[in-house]
Amino acid sequence: MSSEGRSLNDPIRFALDGAMHEITGVAPTTTVLEYLRGELRRCGTKEGCAEGDCGACTVVLAEPAPDGGLTYRAVNSCIQFVPTLDGRALITVENLAAPDGTLHPVQQAMVDCHGSQCGFCTPGFVMSLFALWHADKHPSRNAVEEALAGNLCRCTGYRPILDAALAMGKGAAADRFDTDAATLRTLLGRLARDTGLSYAAGGTRFWSPHSKAELFTILAAHPDAAILAGGTDFGLWVTKQHRRFDKIVWLGRLAELQQVARDGDVLSIGGAASWTAALPHLAALHPDLDAYFKRFASVQIRNAGTVGGNVANASPIGDGPPVLLALGAAVVLEGAAGARTLDLADFFQAYRRTALRPGEIVAAIRVPPLPPGTRFAAYKLSKRFDQDISTLAAAFAVSIDDGRVAAAKLGFGGMAAIPQRAAAAEAALTGQPWSLATVQTAMAALDRDFRPLDDLRGSARYRMAAARNLLLRFWHESQGNVATRVTAHG
Amino acid sequence: MDDAPDLRAHPVRGAVGAAAAHDSAHKHVAGAAIYVDDIPEPPDLLHVWCVMSPHAHARIRSIDLADVRSAPGVIDAVSAADIPGKNDIGPMVAGEPILAEGIVEYVGQPVVAIAATSIKAARTAGALARVEYDVQPAVLTVDDALAQGLFVAPPVEFKRGDAAAALARAPNRLSGTFRIGGQDHFYLEGQVALAIPQEDGDLLIHSSTQHPSEVQKMVAKVLGLAANAVTVEVRRMGGGFGGKETQPAMFAAIAALLAQRTRRPVKLRLDRDDDMMITGKRHDFVVRWQAGFDGEGRITALDMDLAARAGHVADLSPAIVDRALFHADNCYYIPDVRLRGFACKTHTQSNTAFRGFGGPQGMIAIEEVVDAIARRLGRDPLAVRRVNFYGTTDRNVTPYHMVVEDNIVHGLVDELERWADYQERRRAIDAFNRTSPILKKGLALTPLKFGISFTATFYNQAGALLHVYTDGSVHLNHGGTEMGQGLFMKVAQIVAEELQIDVDRIKISATNTGKVPNTSATAASAGTDLNGAAAQIAARTIRGRLADFAAAHFAVPREAVRFRRNEVEAGANVVPFATLAALAYRARVQLSATGFYKTPKIHWDRDNARGRPFLYFAYGAAVAEVLVDTLTGEYKVTRADLLHDVGHSINPAIDRGQVEGGFIQGMGWLTTEELWFDAKGRLATHAPSTYKIPVASDLPRDFRVRLLEGARNAEDTVHRSKAVGEPPLMLANAVFFALKDAVAAAAGAAPSLAAPATPERVLLAIEDARGGAATP
Ligand SMILES: Cc1cc2nc3c(=O)[nH]c(=O)nc-3n(C[C@H](O)[C@H](O)[C@H](O)COP(=O)(O)OP(=O)(O)OC[C@H]3O[C@@H](n4cnc5c(N)ncnc54)[C@H](O)[C@@H]3O)c2cc1C
Ligand code: FES
Ligand code: FES
Repeated sequence: MSSEGRSLNDPIRFALDGAMHEITGVAPTTTVLEYLRGELRRCGTKEGCAEGDCGACTVVLAEPAPDGGLTYRAVNSCIQFVPTLDGRALITVENLAAPDGTLHPVQQAMVDCHGSQCGFCTPGFVMSLFALWHADKHPSRNAVEEALAGNLCRCTGYRPILDAALAMGKGAAADRFDTDAATLRTLLGRLARDTGLSYAAGGTRFWSPHSKAELFTILAAHPDAAILAGGTDFGLWVTKQHRRFDKIVWLGRLAELQQVARDGDVLSIGGAASWTAALPHLAALHPDLDAYFKRFASVQIRNAGTVGGNVANASPIGDGPPVLLALGAAVVLEGAAGARTLDLADFFQAYRRTALRPGEIVAAIRVPPLPPGTRFAAYKLSKRFDQDISTLAAAFAVSIDDGRVAAAKLGFGGMAAIPQRAAAAEAALTGQPWSLATVQTAMAALDRDFRPLDDLRGSARYRMAAARNLLLRFWHESQGNVATRVTAHG
Repeated sequence: MDDAPDLRAHPVRGAVGAAAAHDSAHKHVAGAAIYVDDIPEPPDLLHVWCVMSPHAHARIRSIDLADVRSAPGVIDAVSAADIPGKNDIGPMVAGEPILAEGIVEYVGQPVVAIAATSIKAARTAGALARVEYDVQPAVLTVDDALAQGLFVAPPVEFKRGDAAAALARAPNRLSGTFRIGGQDHFYLEGQVALAIPQEDGDLLIHSSTQHPSEVQKMVAKVLGLAANAVTVEVRRMGGGFGGKETQPAMFAAIAALLAQRTRRPVKLRLDRDDDMMITGKRHDFVVRWQAGFDGEGRITALDMDLAARAGHVADLSPAIVDRALFHADNCYYIPDVRLRGFACKTHTQSNTAFRGFGGPQGMIAIEEVVDAIARRLGRDPLAVRRVNFYGTTDRNVTPYHMVVEDNIVHGLVDELERWADYQERRRAIDAFNRTSPILKKGLALTPLKFGISFTATFYNQAGALLHVYTDGSVHLNHGGTEMGQGLFMKVAQIVAEELQIDVDRIKISATNTGKVPNTSATAASAGTDLNGAAAQIAARTIRGRLADFAAAHFAVPREAVRFRRNEVEAGANVVPFATLAALAYRARVQLSATGFYKTPKIHWDRDNARGRPFLYFAYGAAVAEVLVDTLTGEYKVTRADLLHDVGHSINPAIDRGQVEGGFIQGMGWLTTEELWFDAKGRLATHAPSTYKIPVASDLPRDFRVRLLEGARNAEDTVHRSKAVGEPPLMLANAVFFALKDAVAAAAGAAPSLAAPATPERVLLAIEDARGGAATP
């Protein structure tokens, strides 16, 4: 049965407080936070920004894990729409303490370490730590800083919160979610659907297809439907720009699109795979990419946001494209009529305009391996190390053969209206000896490639100066004799 | 029972000095603490959204709300014309509207307020408001306002001696211009008010405010009511930092106006963007200075102008500029000095109180002077700081003619220098910088001295109300508000100590204008000094009555009555505190008392800029070390050592929290927090996606914090403690000057660096000081 043929109004069903919770009649662009605070008046979860940047709204979504347990993912409830809860378990700060009031180990650690002052950020920190605790009870300081990059606290200065995170493993080794995991898995099993969800309320239709066939049927009938993946860009169009959407197709339940796998030499990232899923695979390509993509937003955003969404969104300051350009990635665009593959450099056409045709999606991103003998680096510059949009992002892949540059791919973000390779600088390098003089020529050539953005994140003067200097840094690093980097977790 | 209990080893739970948890810690982590927006919503609640000015400066030609009023869900819409009382909430200077009247003076200024059944309905209807403007030229910066002589209050001047003459004869002279950025409060909980109509047209207002009495007064004024018709309550704020001192009055008054008109409860909660667009921030300053000094760097003369961007109205700006001047000496004696302060009028948000209240800007200005002198002389800045320190018996008079009586800066800095290994690290860093062409390190030690008391002397008063019930449980109320700083816990600890009962027997209650009236803002770091002292007085009153009663009841001398560990000892009789309370009640002893405290000794003659505005000073010092990438300007604070004087700490855990939190907040101000306005005066950084406060990984990996041991306030404050809310923010000056130190090491010349020192500013400062590209 096609999703077109079925009722328009499947209820949204998810697990809350250990029981099935159904939603009907709530507009699909209602955020989980609005639903919790507004409809349920369940006010432990806070709003600090409604744009995914402060973490006060952090909740945890639990799903069955392949190993038989559950996975716990922190997300920003302020930019997640309620239908995306379908089939999952929603855990909020109210759920953590035992019914007799005994605090969860992460909550107790926060109390013991004086981790709250005004307390407004605290529920969000507790939920981020709760998700971390389930993954790692004794995290390193780096792991804690990464896990908390998406949570702002204006009062404490973080020291006591970090202490709490480092001490939380001293408490009980299992919590009520561990004890009740089997029950919750059974409940989630009952919530699982084998075809897509089709839901409508408040004048907006929402589809969550389960297969490409379903997806393309819907898109063929509704080419005007907006495509939603992780919602970490899309959500803000609703919460910040207050835009209305009549039709939304969500890719979050399309198992085929979530895959991240090797196809021979090539890394194939499904069009709806999250950054969290893709990160270890990208990191395996080059160690820089681990640090680089850990500076992509926060755990909460990476848990929801997708590589495909980042590429399709075509922001000139997105962090995915500069790296993918330098790696020579291709995009697979697919619609009812079939799939076509495009070099990523040809995908970005003008400011926020891409080669996507109506009814098409980014089905996959294909990343070839770095050719042997290639020097690679990825750099992100922002005002603040963690959870900040790039002022400038750059990734360089330079193949050196016998002391000469055989090929150069220099991908930049923040330097033009689209993510772009630096053609003139690449030409200045190619065929030349790999020397400081060559690099200096390439640095100068950037003037011909770019007229950088000039805005609140950085002046054009800064962007150009820093872009040049990143090439110089790359040179120094190829020589390996001087220290060049200040890192986020220094 | 023990015959001879060791009182020190077994004090009551939560006595003075205990590192007790914040009173709401358990509720915070459980999501059970109730903030204004969490209060169960009354039926028929309306939500407000404000139509804001799109222009920095324009005349309002007309306002037509007909379409707004007929939009779905809209119940009422108002503009200035609909205000029954006075459209004025100016705390110091009259004429500060809640809704623009005839003229708009910044982008974001509320013009129309719409009450609807949902916030979405109100916002959607906002697009239908027809407001016509005649756009006027706007003045956006301090420089422009200075050039045009536009001020929100007359300039002020502090002087001693003859700065001009002393400059003329000084062996060395140096001058400079220093730009200091503003800072958004970024309290995690935005501005919010809930107004609920009561009988007789009265109003109950739940407001997230540091100053309930001000909200009460302003709401009454705007609505044309008597103050006794308005009750304001606040249990807790999700952060304040000064941003909720005067500003909540605007939002409470708008909600109250709509509640009065519709006879329905009304909530106004700003989302983050609207909050940042509408509300004022820390003042940005431009400082111009000229200093004379000897060969050792000892300042002989200083002439300094401090100009603040006040915004469109005065708000607290005159007092903030005063406080900048009060701190433009920091720890340094300046023989001949003239300081001038300007509160510049601009067409931007009305800047307001923010932790330190102008003090940080004044203080960093003189630190910039000292740093510049040191670099000119090629001396280590710490040595130059030292030669300028106030003396203890001479060289101890401030530019406002107050004698510094409690100076401990010498010993404190000596101790920090040793503890933080300053000299050894200085050498190591210099060596590192000689061999590292791209990465450079920087190091700085900065001291602070911060004056405690409201400089408007009359604010230095506080009241408390204490009830003991017949089961021995206690209800505590006072005029201070809880914004996360732990005030409620500290005051409860003071009461627990007086009554010798466990602190959990004391119910901490919401601040309410009906319980303790005419309160001062919880501000100026004075919350505990004032409210703690008032509560102590109330507790002593009750303890005195109970002691009198116990002496009579058990027929023992008054001196034989002792309160200890939840019990009262009367000679050989020992009864639980609760039993004594019940007995006293039956004997008709009053078990309720008020306490009232006013700060002694202080006086301030603003016209002549003379007096003793402060009861005492709080001191501290910090060392910061940074690592800078000279190719990109990226940097990291790798280590910080903080030594801070809180006197005798009432709660060392809470005090440490203030020291650490203040330092990191100050670091944010001086590093990544950049307010960026476009050419039309629109603030482009109005949410956390664009305005970057520190995150967890910005905390220095090596972070060492100590409260000065064995410290006692030289003045007779409550338990000889010292105020701790604001001063530690200024410990972060060390971070700024460490960055400057690294920039100087990279450039090989004295750099010019403005605050905040973003990576961009750092890189460009290096380029500029090198006179070209930053390429080494
Ligand atoms: C707090 C915060 C921090 C952020 N930090 C960063 C950062 O550091 N670096 C960075 O680059 N970005 C950042 N972002 C932006 C965002 O997270 C990324 O761009 C993310 O990858 C978007 O993916 P998504 O799945 O959430 O996309 P969505 O929001 O779901 O969609 C974005 C756009 O892409 C389209 N789309 C999505 N998937 C497809 C598809 N498969 N085919 C066709 N069209 C599609 C949608 O229709 C929409 O137009 C941040 C966002 C937030 C809220
Ligand atoms: S409310 Fe700030 S991240 Fe959601
Ligand atoms: S405790 Fe106030 S914001 Fe974290």
